[in-house]
Amino acid sequence: MFGKLSLAVIPLENPIIMGAVGGTILLALIILALITYYRKWTYLWQEWLTSLDHKRIGIMYIILALIMLLRGFSDAILMRSQQAIAAGTSHGYLPPGHFDQIFSAHGTIMIVFMAMPFLAGLINIVVPQQIGARDVAFPFLNAVSLWLTAAGALLVMVSLGVGEFSKAGWSGYAPLVERQYSPGTGVDYWMWAFQIAGIGSLMTSINFLVTILKMRAPGMTLMRMPMFVWTAFFTSVLMAFAFPVLTVALALLTLDRYLGMHFFTNALGGEIMMYINLFWIWGHPEVYIVILPAFGVFSEVVATFCGKRLFGYRSMVYATATIMVLSFSVWVHHFFTMGAGPDVNFFFGITTMLIAIPTGVKIFNWLFTMYRGRIRFTTPMYWTLGFIATFTLGGMAGVLLSLPPADYVLHNSLFLIAHFHTMLIPGSVFGFFAGYYYWFPKAIGFPLNEKLGKWAFWAWLIGFDLAFVPLYVLGFMGMPRRMEHYANPAWQPYLIIAAGGVAVILIGIFLQLIQLAVSIKQRHATRDLTGDPWNGRTLEWATASPPAVYNFAQTPVVHDIDAFWDMKEKDIAYRQHDRYHDIHLPKNTAKGLVNGALVFVFGFAMVWYIWWLAILSALGVIITLIVRASDDDTDYIIPAGRVEQIEKQRYRQLTAVAAERPAGGQTSLQPSPAV
Amino acid sequence: MTADASTINSVPAGEIELSDTAANQAFGFWIYLMTDLVLFASIFATYAVLSRNYAGGPTGKDLFDLPYAFGETMVLLFSSTTYAMAVLAMHKARKNMVLMWLAITFLLGLGFIAMEINEFYQLILDGNGPQRSGFLSAFFTLVGTHGAHVTFGLIWMAVMLVQVIIKGLTTPVQSRLMRLSMFWHFLDIVWIGVFTIVYLMGVI
Repeated sequence: MFGKLSLAVIPLENPIIMGAVGGTILLALIILALITYYRKWTYLWQEWLTSLDHKRIGIMYIILALIMLLRGFSDAILMRSQQAIAAGTSHGYLPPGHFDQIFSAHGTIMIVFMAMPFLAGLINIVVPQQIGARDVAFPFLNAVSLWLTAAGALLVMVSLGVGEFSKAGWSGYAPLVERQYSPGTGVDYWMWAFQIAGIGSLMTSINFLVTILKMRAPGMTLMRMPMFVWTAFFTSVLMAFAFPVLTVALALLTLDRYLGMHFFTNALGGEIMMYINLFWIWGHPEVYIVILPAFGVFSEVVATFCGKRLFGYRSMVYATATIMVLSFSVWVHHFFTMGAGPDVNFFFGITTMLIAIPTGVKIFNWLFTMYRGRIRFTTPMYWTLGFIATFTLGGMAGVLLSLPPADYVLHNSLFLIAHFHTMLIPGSVFGFFAGYYYWFPKAIGFPLNEKLGKWAFWAWLIGFDLAFVPLYVLGFMGMPRRMEHYANPAWQPYLIIAAGGVAVILIGIFLQLIQLAVSIKQRHATRDLTGDPWNGRTLEWATASPPAVYNFAQTPVVHDIDAFWDMKEKDIAYRQHDRYHDIHLPKNTAKGLVNGALVFVFGFAMVWYIWWLAILSALGVIITLIVRASDDDTDYIIPAGRVEQIEKQRYRQLTAVAAERPAGGQTSLQPSPAV
Repeated sequence: MTADASTINSVPAGEIELSDTAANQAFGFWIYLMTDLVLFASIFATYAVLSRNYAGGPTGKDLFDLPYAFGETMVLLFSSTTYAMAVLAMHKARKNMVLMWLAITFLLGLGFIAMEINEFYQLILDGNGPQRSGFLSAFFTLVGTHGAHVTFGLIWMAVMLVQVIIKGLTTPVQSRLMRLSMFWHFLDIVWIGVFTIVYLMGVI
C-alpha cells in the first residue's frame, strides 16, 4: 500500500536531524498560526498563491530562494564546524553517512533551489517592466514553473525528516548513484527534486525568450535593450539548450534505478563516463545560467549609481554572447582526469582559458563606467565592487585550473572548492543581493535600510574571504574535498579559520534579517512615492513603486538605450495621458498551484515506490492541464475609468513630492500637462 | 500631439498589438520543439555511444524486422499527410472535414503505437528486454521516448476532437490545432532519424 514507506524511515535516533526537522516544522506552524491570527488566508490565496502577475510570481520565487539559502547555509555551518574539529583522534559530531548527505544537499540546494529561483525571481520582476510590457508571454506557464520549482524544493525539505537525502554529491556521479551502490531513497529524492525543478526552469526559459523577442515596447530594438534584459535573454537561451540534456541524464538514471536498464552501470554494456559527460554538458552552461543575470544586475547598478551610460554597451552584449557560446564548449574541464588523452584535454583547456577574455571585457567595461563617474556608494554598489575584486581573483584560479597538468594535481581538492565558490558567491550571490537591494523599493514600495545593508555586506565579504582563502592553501597542501574526518593535523588551523569565516557570514545573514525587519518597521517613513528612488535609467523606474498590476497604463515608446533617462532629459517622463484604455490581464487561477502540488505528490510517490499514488497524481496533472487548455475565458478587463483613477492618484502623489523638493533637484518630477 | 517623434513617450495599448497571443503561442511552441529536439539529440547521442554494447546479447541485425519497421514508418508518415488535410479543411472552415481527418490521423497514430507496443512485447517475450544490455536499454529508450511523444500527441488530439465538436473552429481552437500540427510533423521528422539510425544502420 505505501511502498517502501513506513514509520521506521523517520530518523528518530539522530538528534541533529530531528532538531532540524522540529525547528522547520515549528517555524512553519508559527507562520501558519500568524496567517490565521491576522486572517490573511484569503489575501494570501487571492493576491499571491493563485496570482499570475509576473511581479508577484517573482517575489514568491525570491522568498523561496531566501528560505533555501538559509537551509543551504545551515548545511555549510555543519560542514565547516565538523571539519574544524574532526582531526586525528577526534571524529567530530557528524557520522560519515550524515556528512555525505549534508554536502550533497548543500550543492543541490544552492544551485537548483537558491540560485535558480533567485534569478528567475529577479527576471520575472524586472524584465517585463524594462521592456515596457504588461506581463510575460505565457502567464500561466510562469505559475506552473514557479510551483514546479517549489515542489522540488519541498521534496528536498521532506527528505530531511522522511528517509534520507542522497550521499552521492550534488552532481551524483555514476555508478555510485546506481541502485547497486545506493539502494536507499536518498538518490531518488535528489533525482526527482532535481528533475522537477529542471523542467520548471526549462519552461521559464521558453517564456522569457518569447517575452523578450516579441513583447518589447515600440522603439526598443535589440540594441536598445537594457543589459539586464540581454543577460536574461542569453541565460534563457542557455537554459533552453542545456536543461533538456539534464532531463535526459536524470531520466536515463531513473530508468537504470527503476527498471534495471544499463545506461550508467558498470556491467552489461553501461558507460559511466556518459553520465558525467551528459551531466556537465548541462552543468557547465548552468554556471553561466546563474552568473549571467548577475552580470546584468551589475551592469544596471553601475550605470545607475555612476550616473553614466554603461561603457561599451555593444562590447558588453557581444562579450555576453561569446560567453554564452563558449560555455557549451568547455564541459570536459570538469573531468580532465577522465583520461580522454592530451588532444581532447588540450582543446577543452584552451576553450576554458578563452572564456576569461569576454569576462575580462565585462570587468573593464564596469570599471570604465565608474571612471570619472559620480559614484554614489549605495548598498547595491558595495556588492558590485566586492564582486569585481573577489571575482577577478577566483577567475585567475580558474585559468590556473584550466591547464590540464595543473588540474591533475588539484582535481577534487579544496582548491577546486575554493575556486568555484569564489566564482559563484561573488559572481551570482553578490549579484542577486545587489539586485535584491536595487529593486526592492520597486517591487515592494520602500527601500531597505542602507546602514544595516552595508554592515551586512562587510560581514559577508570578510567572512567570505576568511572562509575560502584558507581552502586555496589547503588545496595546495593536498586536502581532498568532502572529508568528514582527516588524519593530517597540519590542516586543522586553516579549517578553524574557515569555520570562523562561516561564523562571520552568519553575522551578515543575521544583519540582513534584522535589516528586513527594521525596514518593514520604518516603511511608512521611507516609502518610495516617486517610483524612481535611485534616479534610474531604464523603464522599470517609470512605473509606480510597487507598480500597478498592469505596469504601464500606456505602452512607452523607446528612443534610447537608457529609455527612461532619455525621457527625463526631454522632460516627458511624467507626462500625463489624455485618455485611458481598457486593459486585458490574465485572471487568477489555482491550477498552477494545484499542478505543483500534484507533481510533488508524484515525486514523493515515486521515491517511495507507491505506484497507485504515482499513477493517480500523474493523471491529476494531465487532467489539470487539459482543463486549463480547454478554458478560453482566461482574461479579465480593467476598465479605462479604473485605470484613470489609479494613474491620477499617482500623478497627485508625484506632484506632492515635487512640491516638497527644493527647486533645481536632480530631475523634474512635475507632471507635464496632458498632450 | 507634438510633431517631433522623439518626444512621444507612449502609445495607447490598443494602437499597437503587443500581445498577439496566437503568434506568441506559435513562436513559443517552436522554441519548445527546439528544446525537445535537444532532448532527442541527447538520446540519439546516447544510443550512438551504446549501439555496440551488446554485452554478449543479440545485435540489431538479429532483432530488427526491417519490413515491419518500414510499415510503421509508412503509417506514421501517412498520418502526417492526413493531419495536413485536417489543417487545409480548417483553413476552409469546414468543421466536419476537420473532424474526419483528425479522426483518421488519430487512428493511424494509434495503429503506429500498437505496432510499436507489439514489437516491444515480442522482444521482451524473447528475453531481449531493456535490461539485457546497454544497447537494448538505449534502443527501448530512444524508440520508447518517441512513442511516448506520439502517445501524448494522441491524448492532445482526442482533446482537440472534443474541443472542435463543442467549441467549433474558434481562434483559440485553431491556434491549438496549428500547434498540434507542428508537434505531429516534428515527431515524423524525429522518426525518420530513428528509422535511419536505429533500424537501417542497425541491420547493416
